[in-house]
Amino acid sequence: MSKIHVTTTLNGDQVEYLCEPQETLLDILRNRLNLTGSKEGCGSGDCGACSVTLDGRLVCSCLVLAAEAEGREIETIEGMADGENLHSLQQKFLDHAALQCGICTPGFLVAAKALLEKNPDPTETEVRFWLAGNLCRCTGYDKIINAVMDAAAEMRGA
Amino acid sequence: MRYAAPDSVSEAIKLLKSEPGVSRVLAGGSDILVQLKTGMAAPDLLVDIKQIPGIYDITQENGGYRVGAAVSGAALGEHAGVKAQWPGVIEAVELIGSTQVQGRATMAGNLCNASPAADSVPAMIAAQAIAHIVGPEGERDCPVQDIPLSPGRNSLAKGEFITSILLPARPENASDAYLRFIPRTEMDIAVVSAGVSLELDSSGVCTVARIALGAVAPTVLLVDAAAECLIGTKLDENALDAMGKACSAAANPIGDKRGTIEFRKDVVAVLAKRAAKIAQTRAGDQS
Repeated sequence: MSKIHVTTTLNGDQVEYLCEPQETLLDILRNRLNLTGSKEGCGSGDCGACSVTLDGRLVCSCLVLAAEAEGREIETIEGMADGENLHSLQQKFLDHAALQCGICTPGFLVAAKALLEKNPDPTETEVRFWLAGNLCRCTGYDKIINAVMDAAAEMRGA
Repeated sequence: MRYAAPDSVSEAIKLLKSEPGVSRVLAGGSDILVQLKTGMAAPDLLVDIKQIPGIYDITQENGGYRVGAAVSGAALGEHAGVKAQWPGVIEAVELIGSTQVQGRATMAGNLCNASPAADSVPAMIAAQAIAHIVGPEGERDCPVQDIPLSPGRNSLAKGEFITSILLPARPENASDAYLRFIPRTEMDIAVVSAGVSLELDSSGVCTVARIALGAVAPTVLLVDAAAECLIGTKLDENALDAMGKACSAAANPIGDKRGTIEFRKDVVAVLAKRAAKIAQTRAGDQS
């Protein structure tokens, strides 16, 4: 079967790749483009570890076909820091020790960034509901929520 | 499997119809991609309809709203006009999955997936929503309750697909609500659910009621006997109790680890009554 040629915008840069029809965007990000920040946890849209934005919408990249990315704009965890300067959310996750093994962290960061772009001043309840599709099996959620609330406050002040 | 992303309705129909093997339609993909991964679905051709012009649009039509087949739950929830007119449909759609799933999942997909527990379907049926279907034989409009046939099966013929769903206009003093029972607070599949749409006259008497129950039968039930208990009343306790009993009587659920038959028949009355009260309050607030 002939491969599908896709041209897309990834973290602001134009990227091209060839994919099989059944390959997911997550497969291509990790295995073809070597962007391994997005993780595969469940592969069925339950855990959120593969979170990216597609035309600004938060989605699970395991539930997007690579072929669907044609002409769209994708943002991944690799586009979050500005060179050596961490995004406020990334720094606050470190400050609050909001991770243990780290597998869920990129997904949480991408999801939290999408929330703060839509709602810069969320309540704790709003943060918890927004992040309900991101699962952490190590450390629990309080530190993660605290980090997001703290980052939101810092970003509002900045 | 082959993948195609046609940029017109006619091309999509041609592809779907001429495929000798199994073809499936891709919109948000939150069901089909999981089915592909688990082997539950193995189509020969997947037709992505998202390049079709207008498929992402929400447009006003005769006082109602036409929602394109690729409009995600997240996009629909941001639409103030639809939210004001059909708050029950919106709250049902927004219960489908996580934020990430909301970014992709669509009402049309939820309908075609034909799960008896689909959250948006009871609300859409209560709303008298109409699916616009295109296919090799032309275009047709179909009430949404005629789309699901049994769990996982829908009534669309080969080559047909939904391009939009119309949420019709409402008179004044009309509203709707949707409630479901799940054993946790978020991110689960309905054990029992109820969508209620009401129209009241200027004195608050119910003139039109539509009550649709989810997850208590192979397909969503539209219970006319329950609706008749509310029509002509101001939803007093007697009317609501009678309506609840009619819902329990109509329910024909399975018993499984998520809920026994007795539990589902009992809870469906509670949810229908609560949803009716919410819809009544919302309808009253408009006057």
